[in-house]
Amino acid sequence: MTLLEVKTDALGTIAEELTARVAESPAFFNNNPLVLGFEQLKSESQFDLKALVGLCRELGFIPAAIKGGGSELESLALSLGLATLPRGKAKGSTTLEIDKSPAPSAKTHTPETAPAPAMVAPLVIDTPVRSGQQIYTKGDLIILSSVSAGAEVLADGNIHIYGALRGRALAGVQGDETARIFCQSQEAELIAVAGQYVVDEDLRAQHWKSPIQALCANGKLVIAPLF
Amino acid sequence: MAKIIVVTSGKGGVGKTTTSSSISSGLALRGHKTAVIDFDIGLRNLDLIMNVERRVVYDFVNVINGEATLKQALIKDKRTENLFILPASQTRDKDALTAEGVERVLNELSDMGFEFIICDSPAGIEHGAFMALYFADEAVVVANPEVSSVRDSDRILGILQSKSRKAERGERVLEHLLITRYNPERVAKGEMLGVKDVEEILATKLLGVIPECETVLKASNQGTPVIYDTESKAGKAYNDAVGRLLGETIEHRFLTPEHKSLFQRLFRRSA
Repeated sequence: MTLLEVKTDALGTIAEELTARVAESPAFFNNNPLVLGFEQLKSESQFDLKALVGLCRELGFIPAAIKGGGSELESLALSLGLATLPRGKAKGSTTLEIDKSPAPSAKTHTPETAPAPAMVAPLVIDTPVRSGQQIYTKGDLIILSSVSAGAEVLADGNIHIYGALRGRALAGVQGDETARIFCQSQEAELIAVAGQYVVDEDLRAQHWKSPIQALCANGKLVIAPLF
Repeated sequence: MAKIIVVTSGKGGVGKTTTSSSISSGLALRGHKTAVIDFDIGLRNLDLIMNVERRVVYDFVNVINGEATLKQALIKDKRTENLFILPASQTRDKDALTAEGVERVLNELSDMGFEFIICDSPAGIEHGAFMALYFADEAVVVANPEVSSVRDSDRILGILQSKSRKAERGERVLEHLLITRYNPERVAKGEMLGVKDVEEILATKLLGVIPECETVLKASNQGTPVIYDTESKAGKAYNDAVGRLLGETIEHRFLTPEHKSLFQRLFRRSA
């Protein structure tokens, strides 16, 4: 929820600044529910709430409620179909402060709570992953060497090993069943995709020391040759 | 600036102290001012291997704690010019080693004009081993061609890459692999891991292969590092390794089973 603290009743200023802010990070604010905060506004009796709501809708926000403001403003809000929140409640996860002074840097609004899932760049490792080391990444993991016995590599996405897999590899750890593991020589201790795993003893019967890909099919882990 | 080389392995009993004593002697024999430090606090043995145990007055921990100066603690080797030994304490434990203390000693040795400082690490991955490898510029990782030794060496390589001072600065410690107790006959029979297998698992440049040799036990009992025994295979192999450490390109020897001639077999000559 984004909170817009209204500090001035000059709609023109508000319009300008809000437009500029949205232009800096358009994807971030798109279709975001908006709470309009009036706690910091000095004189609210003449405030043109209808115009502000219209402005917000134009810029892609969805005004959902107002926070604070006097009884007049509250009844106006209700007539416009907005909810009313008491003072101090529901702090927005990002707060937009618009006043006459120039806007602070947009860095404070960088999408950490972005509505669309952000693409995480793959983590590329070009040194061997040694015994005792554990590597985890949210995206894909690309290893340009081997994974030693006693090492663990985990990823939310896919794991590509351009070498031998002698340790453990777990892909799709957050539940992504489409994740896969690829390696040039399967000598693993454990392979798992989205929680479905196969251990050493069983792996020895399945394309041991061959290039393979491991994927989840019909709820089971399948080890298939690459070529 | 002195070059700090740690001799480490992870696994115990693979030949770290044997290697430290031979490599430091080899470097000194070639004219480089070398210091070798025993980091195995409480289980010191470098002084025994180098035959200086009767001359130990002050040790590494005394210097760190300021109870003695480095000059008082360093023991000059009687056989070789340029070689100095800093023994470990037998009565204290590894907690006496602090990073600041170790750094101070290494800097002081460097200021004294030493070209090489060999750090003989204890076994394991605990504090003593960590202190030995933390300040290293280069590492000689010793491994027997045997599965648990190779696994432990892999672990120590991982620690070198991630927890050393160089790693913290975004640089790399230069790693060398030294395979010890190699027996080509057993490798040929398939009983022992071969050089290629170990190299593949550890993915580290090979510094040398020291063959299994009876002279190593004799050398340690006599307190003469095996590199002085120029007739023995191990001595020759260590000599080659020192050369490679200094940048020379030397062919690897003693990798294939010996073909005993009829004459040798008749007289059962051990090479």
